[in-house]
Amino acid sequence: MSRNDPPTHWSGHIAPNGTALGTVRICDFTGQLAGAGATKWLAAFGAEVIRIEDPVNQGMWDVLRNMAPFIDDRRGPDYGGGFNNHNVEKRGITLNLRTDRGKEILTEIIAKSDVVSENFAAGVLDKWGFGWDRLREIREDMIYVSNCGFGHEGPYGQYKTWGPIVQAMSGLTFTSGLPDREPAGWGYSYMDHTGGMYMALAILFALIHKQRTGEGQWVDLSCTDAGLSLNGPAILDWTVNGRPSRRADSPNGNRSAYPPMAPHGIYACAGEDEWVSIACRGDEDWALLADQIGEPWAKDEKWKTLEGRIAAQDELDEKVTAWTRTRDKFDVQRGAVREGVPAAAVQKPAERIDQDPGTEEFGLWPEVDHAKMGRVRVDGLPAHFSKTDWKIEQGGPCVGQHTDEVLSSLLGYDADEIARLHEEGIV
Amino acid sequence: MSALQGTRVVELANESIGWAGKLMGDMGADVILVEAPGGEPSRGYAPFAGDEEGGESLYFWHYNTSKRSVVLDLDKPAGKEAFLALIASADVLIESEAPGRLSALGLDYDDLVKAKPDLIHVSVTPFGRETSRKDEPATDLTILAGGGPAWSCGYDDHSIAPIRGGGNQGYQTASHYAVMSALTAIFHHGVTGEGQFIDVSMHAAANVTTEMASYFYLIEQQTVIRQTGRHAMPMMTMPVQVQCKDGRYATTGMPPRSPAGFGALYDWLVESGLEDQLPEAIFLEMARHRESIGFADIGVDDEVTAAFSAARDALQLLAENSTAEGFFEGAQKINITVGAILSPEEAYENVHFKARGYQVEVDHPERDAPVRYPGAPYKLPASPWRISRRAPALGEHDDEVFGPLGVDAAKLAEAR
Repeated sequence: MSRNDPPTHWSGHIAPNGTALGTVRICDFTGQLAGAGATKWLAAFGAEVIRIEDPVNQGMWDVLRNMAPFIDDRRGPDYGGGFNNHNVEKRGITLNLRTDRGKEILTEIIAKSDVVSENFAAGVLDKWGFGWDRLREIREDMIYVSNCGFGHEGPYGQYKTWGPIVQAMSGLTFTSGLPDREPAGWGYSYMDHTGGMYMALAILFALIHKQRTGEGQWVDLSCTDAGLSLNGPAILDWTVNGRPSRRADSPNGNRSAYPPMAPHGIYACAGEDEWVSIACRGDEDWALLADQIGEPWAKDEKWKTLEGRIAAQDELDEKVTAWTRTRDKFDVQRGAVREGVPAAAVQKPAERIDQDPGTEEFGLWPEVDHAKMGRVRVDGLPAHFSKTDWKIEQGGPCVGQHTDEVLSSLLGYDADEIARLHEEGIV
Repeated sequence: MSALQGTRVVELANESIGWAGKLMGDMGADVILVEAPGGEPSRGYAPFAGDEEGGESLYFWHYNTSKRSVVLDLDKPAGKEAFLALIASADVLIESEAPGRLSALGLDYDDLVKAKPDLIHVSVTPFGRETSRKDEPATDLTILAGGGPAWSCGYDDHSIAPIRGGGNQGYQTASHYAVMSALTAIFHHGVTGEGQFIDVSMHAAANVTTEMASYFYLIEQQTVIRQTGRHAMPMMTMPVQVQCKDGRYATTGMPPRSPAGFGALYDWLVESGLEDQLPEAIFLEMARHRESIGFADIGVDDEVTAAFSAARDALQLLAENSTAEGFFEGAQKINITVGAILSPEEAYENVHFKARGYQVEVDHPERDAPVRYPGAPYKLPASPWRISRRAPALGEHDDEVFGPLGVDAAKLAEAR
């Protein structure tokens, strides 16, 4: 893996400028979180990500451009809070792909890009004349990563999804819930986040492959394939033992499926809708928690072994709840953690964002400069690199914010030409 | 050629990062799992093959495909020495040791770079290496509770506790970020020849994986509240899950988006013989003949409001009178985005996943037949995903890994 010579076939700046991915340029059609989340990671590590958007509908391929939350009363495609969150450090240009001239310009950009990324429904890019065969024709070593709910191939290839549908179809909604109740599911698009991660992984694997072999490829990413992969032990229990997850005692709320632990749950605390999670990994954890509880029942022999605690788990949970219910969730957390027992308050957004040294000291909520919104805090990234750390300073691009800059600096167009393209509605 | 062929990854065994090692191993990396004498505890986790208590763990099988196993006691001098020899041969180290443990052993990044100057060292810990919470104990459950996901998940009935999603998703999310980090650093190494240290926090990973919960607070200081089977939002929204005729649930997702879509929904209702049960169906038929229809007119134009309400009722009625999968296919065929809530095994046996080749067989030489596993999460035709071997037996590869490194059997015996 030692490769000290500078590469010759990369599209971006040859000098990496202290960034990990500064040599990479991405022609990006992604939207929402499942796609934009992927290129957010790459942009934060220095890749030049150029979002291609439609001037006619003002970039509203990505509906998050004009969706709540909003920083103030202003509305429109430059004010969506979610869009800004997912598109920091990217550049944005507009290009009317209904026109031949627009297609020519896109062809020029693609020729100078290492990666084309999109998460449209299957076949959309192909309809515009930029399917895999064409992309490969424009650039032989192209990396093309398409990301959709069911992939481009297979009986459901034409079906549409969004996060909750992906979760439903890949076993993830099912595995969150209580016995004899409908599924609780996920209170957010877990598979938009995670689909974006798999898209980032696919792009990175393909970039490494190209770095080593010079070869590009098309990755047909299906979010439901990725989602189903997150249920591994349950699937092997099915294929090896024939035991389905759809059975009387499964799913089972916050109880630990593997390995067995008890108590293991989320318990009510003092106040309205306040909760604490506690996980006793073994008999020692329980003995320490029993000391904290300090009530005679907790010292009962019956609870000393995991077997005993599992056998009467409902009763144990009731007793633990009777103890937590009158206590502040953070007091329970602190007491348990001080003794080395895993416990954590179920934190509300304000608590984990503004009052938690675990996120604040990590620098997890960077503030970006947005051209119209001003200073806005966003999600950072949960990893720090000693030499090429991420940088999140620039907000998501306004519609067409970088059109002129990309046309002139990347494609070498002069001012007159750019003015003409604006007049003709190409950009 | 797999993308990571020729890349050696040393994984200090820990259940929280097993997924990360597998993701790299299945993409061609030579992943060497370093286990303490006695083995990684998850070798003892249920479910077991054939339900034999204390037998082969399916949990361990799943998370450790495409890896080789060696046994080292890092508390012994010979164990340390062998570990350093292994690191000298490696490109990446991934570990989830408690902060302070590796430095106490003289095996932290600053020590390891003496053996391997361009090492990529990925540390994955509950709260990161540096924060003041770094020594707090944690499990998957407490990470999801403290990190935000649990607050958003559960039922409309808030007397019921928040429910964390099952299947170790807190560990898996941290593992995804760990692999994204490793690959980013591997690419950088390919350009500059430089390695580095990477500090991944599971708590931070959960915190930035909560979608609107974080950015509604960051931007509007609003607090989302949990709702059955749908997005936590600052306000309660309408239910979306329906129990189907076969007892399973469907999620009704999005209403139609065009006049033709409303028309198609009406036709489906008629084909199913259900239009008499829904007098409001007439509004679907009326919507078919409009020039356009959109959310923006709800509450403004009575006919539009009635059409969306009728669409909701129609979807509910159709779901109740169909199997979950039948409802899914029927709606998707007319371009309405709904889902069937499948269990993992139902999805695994589903026609679509099968047709995509998602079921893969892995050879287990000790068994009569191969075992079916979950397949590729992504398909890279030029650098394919592949399970190259079943999970290793404890120390199965001691000799073949350490032989070429000049650590002989006698030294190995001292090292474990």
